[in-house]
Amino acid sequence: MTTYYSKDHEWIAVEGDVATVGITSYAQEQLGDVVFVELPEAGKALSQGDEAAVVESVKAASEVYAPIDGEIVEANDALADEPAKVNEDPEGAAWFLKMKVGNADQLNELMDQAAYKAFVETL
Amino acid sequence: MSMNTQGRPTAPGNAGESFRPKTFTGNRALDMEEPLIFEFGSLETTGVDLDEDDGIEFELGAFERKADIGLAGLAEPEAMRHYVRLSRNNYAIDSGLYPLGSCTMKHNPRLNEKMARLPGFSDIHPLQPVSSVPGALELIDELAHWLMVSTGTHAVAMSPKAGAHGELCGMMAIKAAHTAAGRDPKIVLVPESAHGTNPATAALLGFKVVSIDAKDDGTVDLATLKNRISEHTDNIAGIMLTNPNTCGLFERDVKEIADLIHDAGGFFYCDGANFNAIVGKARPGDLGVDAMHINLHKTFSTPHGGGGPGSGPVVLSDRLAPYAPLPFIRKSDAGLELVETNAATSEDEQPFGRMTAFHGQMGMYVRALSYMMSHGSDGLKQASEDAVLNANYIRVGLQDLMSLPFGVRPCMHEVLFDDSFLKDSGVTTLDFAKAMIDEGYHPMTMYFPLVVHGAMLIEPTESESRASLDLFVATMRDLVMSAQRGETERFSGAPYLAPRRRLDETGAARKPVLKWTEPEPAQVTPEAAE
Repeated sequence: MTTYYSKDHEWIAVEGDVATVGITSYAQEQLGDVVFVELPEAGKALSQGDEAAVVESVKAASEVYAPIDGEIVEANDALADEPAKVNEDPEGAAWFLKMKVGNADQLNELMDQAAYKAFVETL
Repeated sequence: MSMNTQGRPTAPGNAGESFRPKTFTGNRALDMEEPLIFEFGSLETTGVDLDEDDGIEFELGAFERKADIGLAGLAEPEAMRHYVRLSRNNYAIDSGLYPLGSCTMKHNPRLNEKMARLPGFSDIHPLQPVSSVPGALELIDELAHWLMVSTGTHAVAMSPKAGAHGELCGMMAIKAAHTAAGRDPKIVLVPESAHGTNPATAALLGFKVVSIDAKDDGTVDLATLKNRISEHTDNIAGIMLTNPNTCGLFERDVKEIADLIHDAGGFFYCDGANFNAIVGKARPGDLGVDAMHINLHKTFSTPHGGGGPGSGPVVLSDRLAPYAPLPFIRKSDAGLELVETNAATSEDEQPFGRMTAFHGQMGMYVRALSYMMSHGSDGLKQASEDAVLNANYIRVGLQDLMSLPFGVRPCMHEVLFDDSFLKDSGVTTLDFAKAMIDEGYHPMTMYFPLVVHGAMLIEPTESESRASLDLFVATMRDLVMSAQRGETERFSGAPYLAPRRRLDETGAARKPVLKWTEPEPAQVTPEAAE
């Protein structure tokens, strides 16, 4: 399994041809307490940059973008009932969605953990 | 010489100043612990004597009430006290400086209220014969005239009832104009510095929103704009720009932006929420704006929120004028005429529909026109100048201690700070805002706009005196220095002195309690019953 990171503060863990997408710990910290999560339906086809999910905190509503092209395989419906999970375990149990990798080349545009860490330090 | 022989002490007692008695009532002198109306009113009582309902024949058929409506009955003095007590916990522009950026909490002159209460305006009904209210039509037309002259436009849709409603109206007119031209463009460009309602409006109408980044100076990046336009050739419906923008900065490239959009076949929607900064100084029509709403409750001093309904007339360029919604007033040699239906329209009038049941917020029209006529065009211009002057007075008073995200430069009617001056202090923008409550101020707008970190957007409005601004600046300086000295307790637990301490925002959002429910009767144990 390889994990990638985007400039929109999403992590993408790829195993085989399935990518699991969530928001980073930095993102949940910036958002503050998450109060609402809206997830896509399985089967929805998305292009890179399309709105995939919505995460709303006490401060603001933000979009989670599709980091690559692909079709939604599964959404983490538990988040809808328990949005607080996003604050507790953003890079683990609180994954947002799994998508079928439509274009593996797009993964190369993403950052690895070290590059993301360096990126966050510039903010 | 008469002496105090009644034993009445004449000197203050000797209790320490810090002693705070725990009161029996829960009240703290004038700070009343007021219950909900359902908690002390009775469902069985009523404040008025009504005859027994014998012999009343119900004529509502299936709509007849089937159960009690569950309203608490109170005597008039009880009802009066309840609301007066609640109002004392309220912060209002009538009680202090209200620096909510982007909201324009300016003084509501009492002359407006006097005019709005004239029976000829306050006692009319939207369904009475039009022939009986020529004065009301004339007032609406006169207000429309002032709006068009001040914006440099030739048409105005009066009926929208708030800013966002006005946005919807303007964008529907734009959509109608495209449809009439046989086009169906899908893209609406929205800069990052626009109001949040702008992308929402575009999305509601089925447009796809494409965001335009801001430059380092907080204004629209023309290079990105050009790229986005060329990426979506022939598919640009328009742009929604807020000017002055939500960073309190004037978009200097506005004319070029307008030209670019027009050349791309799109229309220019301007969010006029911040028009109060430029009245009498610049006319949006001259800047290439096709549609712009005007918040009468901001720029033209009508009350906000609970004090009265909003009103958001939309001025339209010649190209959009034919699509203005019903109803509208037509002016001809025969006088003023209210056009209510499609059947009554002429060939060059193609209203896209109707947005409101009636004609708009008449009471707000009276107040806005009262403000305009009492100020005159020179007075309106001065109000804009003073609004900008006051914001800059605060900026200069605080810029050495607080941080300006876009560098030291003049702002418009509001000044935006970010939270970098609080870095490593352990105090957040939210804590800082809560500490302002202890100082007796309504906090500024915070965490908006989203383009800067920990935003604090301060808009004093023109109606604050220099003394009032000085006290505000001094208070803010004291708070900043306190935070920087590491006195985090003053902030982390604030507010300490408000009727309620810090509320659980997360709990309120995750598990909102939206309805009062009668508490379960207390369980009586057998021992207690004896």
